[in-house]
Amino acid sequence: MALILDALVQFAQLLLVLSIAPLLTGYVRKVKAHLLRRRGPPVLQPYRDLLKLIRKEVVLAHNASWVFRVTPYIVFATTLIAAALVPTFATGLVFSPAADLIAIVALLGSARFFLALAGLDIGTSFGGIGSSREMMIASLAEPAMLMIVFTLSLLAGSTQLSTVSTFMQGPEVGLRVSLGMSLVALIMVAIAENARIPVDNPATHLELTMIHEAMILEYSGRHLAVIEAAAALKLLLYFSLISCMFAPWGLAIAGQGFGAFALGLGIYIAKLAVGGFMLAVFETAVAKMRVFRVSDFLGAALMLGLLAAMLLFVSRGA
Amino acid sequence: MDRLALDVAHLFAGGLVLVSFMLLYQDRMFGLLNMFALHAFVVSLSVAWQAHIQLAPHLYITAGIALIVKAIIIPVALHRIIVRLGIHRTIETVGGIGQTMLAGIGLVALSIMVMLPITAQSGTLTREDLAFSLAVILLGLLMMISRRNAVSQIIGFMSIENGLILAATAARGMPLVVEISVAFSIIIALIVVGIFLFRIRERFDSVDVHALEQFRGGQP
Repeated sequence: MALILDALVQFAQLLLVLSIAPLLTGYVRKVKAHLLRRRGPPVLQPYRDLLKLIRKEVVLAHNASWVFRVTPYIVFATTLIAAALVPTFATGLVFSPAADLIAIVALLGSARFFLALAGLDIGTSFGGIGSSREMMIASLAEPAMLMIVFTLSLLAGSTQLSTVSTFMQGPEVGLRVSLGMSLVALIMVAIAENARIPVDNPATHLELTMIHEAMILEYSGRHLAVIEAAAALKLLLYFSLISCMFAPWGLAIAGQGFGAFALGLGIYIAKLAVGGFMLAVFETAVAKMRVFRVSDFLGAALMLGLLAAMLLFVSRGA
Repeated sequence: MDRLALDVAHLFAGGLVLVSFMLLYQDRMFGLLNMFALHAFVVSLSVAWQAHIQLAPHLYITAGIALIVKAIIIPVALHRIIVRLGIHRTIETVGGIGQTMLAGIGLVALSIMVMLPITAQSGTLTREDLAFSLAVILLGLLMMISRRNAVSQIIGFMSIENGLILAATAARGMPLVVEISVAFSIIIALIVVGIFLFRIRERFDSVDVHALEQFRGGQP
């Protein structure tokens, strides 16, 4: 019986992330438009875009191989699995013993690998540029992410996300400079991974410095819809990851009643709203960097991650 | 309570190492000065906290001197010198910024590896602060050798002094006379360095110390 309940909770979380991911994207766009004193598209616009794209026919290049055709589904599936592993409103997911934080990083990494392959597959110059830039970002962002994971798991004594977030809620966390550093590093990595503004511009197709959009330029129809959904899901995943590791207050513990779940859900939505607002303010306030500065930006994230792990070693050695 | 005291001390000392890295990351002159003011501010916070938990009121004076002299007077004075010299505002590094940061990480690892074993008998606070202060000193030295510009070398020198203050407070404080004389010697150093900067500038039209090398004689 308990197992069925846990499975239900897991399934509810899966449905939740799937259904509100486009809403989050629409919300961030809306806030950004308001900050620029524009009206902006309605919050539900991403859903309409997805529906419309699904109904359109797919236009394939003549020299597109099977890699190009399966990539959207692989990207979507791996991102969805990774998102299902992150606790949103309750800990103790059924899937979480099977996979930990390192597995989440690996899933996102394989999604990125296939996207870069698809960018190269058609043979257009834009796709190649996008893929090479994406790989440059990945070569710095993934080690930084792993250093953050190591820091947190050294502290919590486990790489399981549920354990980490339970530990972070507990009293023995204390005031640690390592946690602050890894939070900043994680935010920098999240900005780079989701192609947000200082690194890439999510709102345009027509810029020579674009990265993510350059890789998916050749996609159309339902393939594009699936990729867009995966991108929205990835943004939501990073929000959930940050909130469950660094602001885990209000997460329901598995086995509590329905009331706790409802409360956890409300708090989760509130966290998303606050996070999305902060992202929009940040994106409006900063200017986009040149591509060659991105390595400095991510190098700083990697440095912060390394330093966080090392300082932790000092306070542990004591 | 004791636990919280340690955590806060750890926070400030670790923050100082972080600000040392931010000094290495800066590539603008005024940004560097602001960072240095922050560095001195974090040192004074750290020393004041040590004064609080070690019940050593004379350390408050050390903190005050660090705050007034190094977080306010020296940055303002250097700011004026830079404006009057009219030097251009970007900093040239010897290697790239990325390589410098990697070297810095290596130095932090080195100081932790060296300091933790040899201070095994001391208290937790002393060990942490000694390790961090050695890291800050080494990072200051790295800054001095990796920058071509005389002003940023001065900043590196001053950040070494901040590291020394952290080490001194960790070792149960230092006598007030020593602290005051160190503060005065820092101010005198600033004055000498200021005059020196103007002399270099007059003679070579640049504060890039590279220009000095052709006067060394011997090989070109």
